[in-house]
Amino acid sequence: MPLRDRTNCRSPEPAQIEFSQVTLELGGKRIIESLNLAVKPGEFLCIIGASGCGKTTALRLAAGLYRPTTGDVTFEGQPMRMPRRDIAIVFQDYGKALLPWRTAAGNVSLALEANGVSSAQRGEQIDELLNKVGLPGHAGKYPAEMSGGMQQRLQIARCLAQKPKALLMDEPFGALDAMTRQGLQDEVLSLAQASHATVIFVTHDLEEAIYLGDRVIGLLPHPGRVGIELMIDLPRPRDQLTTREHPEFLRLRRELFDFIKASEA
Amino acid sequence: MMPERAKALALPIALLLVAEIWTRALHVQSDSLAPPSAVAAALIEALSDGSMLVATRDTLASAFAGLLASSAIGLALGITLGMFQIIDRLMEVTIETIRPIPSIALLPIALIALGFGYRMEIAIVTFACVWPILILSRAAVRGIEPRLLEVSRALRLSLGDQVRKIIIPASLPRIFVAFRLSAGIALIVAVSVEIAINPIGLGAAIMTAQQALRPDLMLAYLLWIGVIGYALNRGLVIAQQRLFGRAALVGEAS
Repeated sequence: MPLRDRTNCRSPEPAQIEFSQVTLELGGKRIIESLNLAVKPGEFLCIIGASGCGKTTALRLAAGLYRPTTGDVTFEGQPMRMPRRDIAIVFQDYGKALLPWRTAAGNVSLALEANGVSSAQRGEQIDELLNKVGLPGHAGKYPAEMSGGMQQRLQIARCLAQKPKALLMDEPFGALDAMTRQGLQDEVLSLAQASHATVIFVTHDLEEAIYLGDRVIGLLPHPGRVGIELMIDLPRPRDQLTTREHPEFLRLRRELFDFIKASEA
Repeated sequence: MMPERAKALALPIALLLVAEIWTRALHVQSDSLAPPSAVAAALIEALSDGSMLVATRDTLASAFAGLLASSAIGLALGITLGMFQIIDRLMEVTIETIRPIPSIALLPIALIALGFGYRMEIAIVTFACVWPILILSRAAVRGIEPRLLEVSRALRLSLGDQVRKIIIPASLPRIFVAFRLSAGIALIVAVSVEIAINPIGLGAAIMTAQQALRPDLMLAYLLWIGVIGYALNRGLVIAQQRLFGRAALVGEAS
């Protein structure tokens, strides 16, 4: 039974994250132009696009790490002026985003400390979070002692420690091998479902986007704007074999592939 | 087959032997030179009667007090300037004007303001040591991985937490190098101040020995200062390896 009711996405329910007429210029260069985007609570939205199309920038706008030059980014109706603790961002370069001088437990603890969790409660929550991302028994390891996949799991654990309403993921599995990647895709799906968090997932992997998302948005480059929007009506829970062989999956893949080719031409 | 350590000692021992034979053979009567055996005897004498240890205590107390004060000031300023470009730009001219002043040139002012003794010496050591710490810690803070600063922004860490939990730990290995550098400077400046004017510590002891026409004792003090400087640096290098070596090794393994 699909826990996410995709019909919600089309209902008049108010958006959780909303971009209205967002334009962003950095160093005199227009990176994003007139971007309109509404993300419903609990939705899993994937953003794809050729490199340089501004997908990472859009994510950073949603995180409050950038402020739009014109237009508004709102979260639950309130304008985003700076990052918020209930929006967590998973960076692609996990090796740089983790604190090398802290153990796995210490890295998760950082987010709990930021959230004001008392030290008495932290230990238990850290164990729980590390279990959740499949890192039980690695609490005492330093990031440098862990594989890439484990480090990215750790970063996800730290983000979950923020108890986020929205989880923003910037090509989180881009640097990982195919097997690790598939395992983590399924884990992210189940984590997102369990936490009811909204997910915005940026990727350059079209199949990954279709496999994970309720909806896929393709951006066109120079400057970044929405070029295509596809609702993904594939049954959930998704399965690495059957979902990827589903005729609808193949049709969507063809459509996105054509879009990317056209956008690069 | 000689172990590496023995090889390193071979040259100094040979030189000492030559010096011994040379000074003895020529019956050198000098105010500045003495046979190594006489220097060694003077060293043992000064160590056993306690005078050298008192002088060592005075010099090291001043050097360490100055080192600690300069670390605190240099770190606070360096981190602030590293974090806030605007303050850095505001302070640039002031700092670059004061920094080139040789610390010893402050001696007359320090003497009038603070008189003879520890306080004046500590003040001058502090002035000399604050620069390397300030400049290297500022560079260390600027060199922090920007992603880590974004993580701290995304987590909305307070300024204090950001400094305590991200900035200081991330720049600590480089700050420690600055501390090592300053420890050497502290010893040099402390002894210089004592030789120039302050009647305490190892520097003053060298001057006393010189004026008493005791080149053996004077050279014994020089030798002793060398030993202290060497021990200080070794100790800090070992501390550095203990504190940061493990992380570095793990980093290489991955």
